[in-house]
Amino acid sequence: MAFNVQAELRATGDLGLIIEREAGSALIIDTTEHKQLARIDKLGDLSHASVVFSRDQRFAYIFGRDGGLSKIDLLQDKLDKRIVQAGNSIGGAISQDGTLIAVSNYTPGGVKIFSADTLELVADIPADYDNGKLSKVVGLVDAPDQRFVFSLFDAGEIWTVDMSTPKKPKIEKFKNVGKFPYDGLITSDGRFYIAGLFGESGLSLLDLWEPEKGIKRILPDYVKPDEQLPVYKMPHLEGWAVADDYIFVPAIGKNEVLVIDKQSWKLVKAIPVAGQPVFVMARPDGRQVWVNFATPENNKLQVIDVKGLNLQSTLTPGHAVLHMEFTPRGENVWVAVRDDDQVLVYDTHTLKEIAHLPAQKPNGVFFTSRANKIGF
Amino acid sequence: MKKTLLLLGISLNCLASEPTSVRQAELRHLLKNDCGACHGLTLKGGMGSALLPDNLQGKPDEFLINTILQGRKGTAMPPWKAFMNADDALWLVQQLRKGSQ
Repeated sequence: MAFNVQAELRATGDLGLIIEREAGSALIIDTTEHKQLARIDKLGDLSHASVVFSRDQRFAYIFGRDGGLSKIDLLQDKLDKRIVQAGNSIGGAISQDGTLIAVSNYTPGGVKIFSADTLELVADIPADYDNGKLSKVVGLVDAPDQRFVFSLFDAGEIWTVDMSTPKKPKIEKFKNVGKFPYDGLITSDGRFYIAGLFGESGLSLLDLWEPEKGIKRILPDYVKPDEQLPVYKMPHLEGWAVADDYIFVPAIGKNEVLVIDKQSWKLVKAIPVAGQPVFVMARPDGRQVWVNFATPENNKLQVIDVKGLNLQSTLTPGHAVLHMEFTPRGENVWVAVRDDDQVLVYDTHTLKEIAHLPAQKPNGVFFTSRANKIGF
Repeated sequence: MKKTLLLLGISLNCLASEPTSVRQAELRHLLKNDCGACHGLTLKGGMGSALLPDNLQGKPDEFLINTILQGRKGTAMPPWKAFMNADDALWLVQQLRKGSQ
C-alpha cells in the first residue's frame, strides 16, 4: 500500500464528506478550515446516498442508490474498496462494535451484512413475507447489544437482528406494525425505535429495553391518509431530533413539525412550517431544531426555538436545500444546496452565513462525529 | 394509407402542443431531481418503479399521463398536476419511452 507522499499529517476528527449526486463523487472536507481536501470519483449512482464512519474515524462507508457500498480512506484520499451488493438500496448502518456494516435494500428486498474491514458478506437476510414475497427495507439503524433494527415497507413489519454471533443472526419479527413504514429512527440512548407510517396515521414505537411488550402505536389520529397533502418527497427520520424530552418529527403530508412528549408519547404541539418537512434535525445541544422541505418549498430552511416551541427564523439559502449537518457541538451547520452547486456554512447562533464551498449538485453532508453516535 | 395519415395526425398534434425549449429544460430538471428522488437518477427504480423503456412497454400513454398527473392511490406516487399540464406529461412520457433523460 503506497502512501500519498504529498499528504499532510491529518487527524480525521473534524473531517467529513459531501456527496455529489450526479457526478457520483464525494468531497473530503475539513470542517474547521471550511475547505475541500480531495474528491473521490466513480462511486456510482448517488441520487440517494448516506454515510457511516468507522469508529476510528478513518473510513467512511457510502451507501449508494445502485446498491454500491464504497469504503473511503479519509487519510489517504482514496477509495479503499467498493462492491455492488444489490440492485437498488437505500441506506445502511455500522454495528455497535464497528466490525459490521449492514445495508438495507429495495431490490432484492432485504438486509445484507458485511465485514467492515474486508466488505465480505457475513449475513444475507431476505425480507420475506406473505409466502416468499420480498419487501423493500427502510429505516435501518444500529442498536445496542450488537443489534440492527429495520422496517419492511411493503410488509408492515419491524425486525431486529442480533449479530452477537455473526454466523448465526438472531432475528426477531414484529408484524402488523402499520401500513407502509417509510423510515425509522432510534433515540440517542438506543432505547426507542420509531417508524413513521405512510399508509396510515401515526407512528410505530418499539421499546428495545422491553421488546416483549411489542409495538405501541403513537399519534394514531395524526395524519390520516385522506387528510394528507400530496407527498412530493418522503421525509427522513434519520435526522431524528430529541430535545428537552421532546421528539420532533416531520408530519407526513402536512406542513407541520410534530412535537411528541417522550414520556407519555402524546402530541405536545404541531408547529406550522413553510412546507412539507424532509429533515427535522436538532442542534446537538437541543436548543434549536432545523427543518428543510420538499419541493416547491425547498429553497427554505426554518429554525424552531425549542424553548418556546415556535418558529425562530426562516432562511433562504438557495435553490434545492437538500440536507444539513451540524458540527459536533453545533456552532455551525453545513447546508447542501443542490441547484446552486454549493454548500453553505451557517453560524447557528447568529444565523449568518460564514462560508461557502463549491460542490457539484450536493445532496448530502456527513461528518466523522457520526462515528460515535448510536443510530448514525 | 389511412394508418399513415392517422399517425401523421397524432404527431402533428403532438408537435403543436410540445412544450417550449425552456419548459423542456424545466421538465428535464424535474425528471432528474423530483422523479429521480424515488425512481432513481438512472430511472432504474427505488421507492418507485423502474421507468426505463422496457418497463413502460405495453402501458398506454393515457395511463402513464394519468399516473403522472393524478398519482396512484395506495402507493407513494403523488399527483404532479400542480406542476405540469397534460402536454408536459405527454412530453415526459415520450422522453421516457426514448430512454433519454
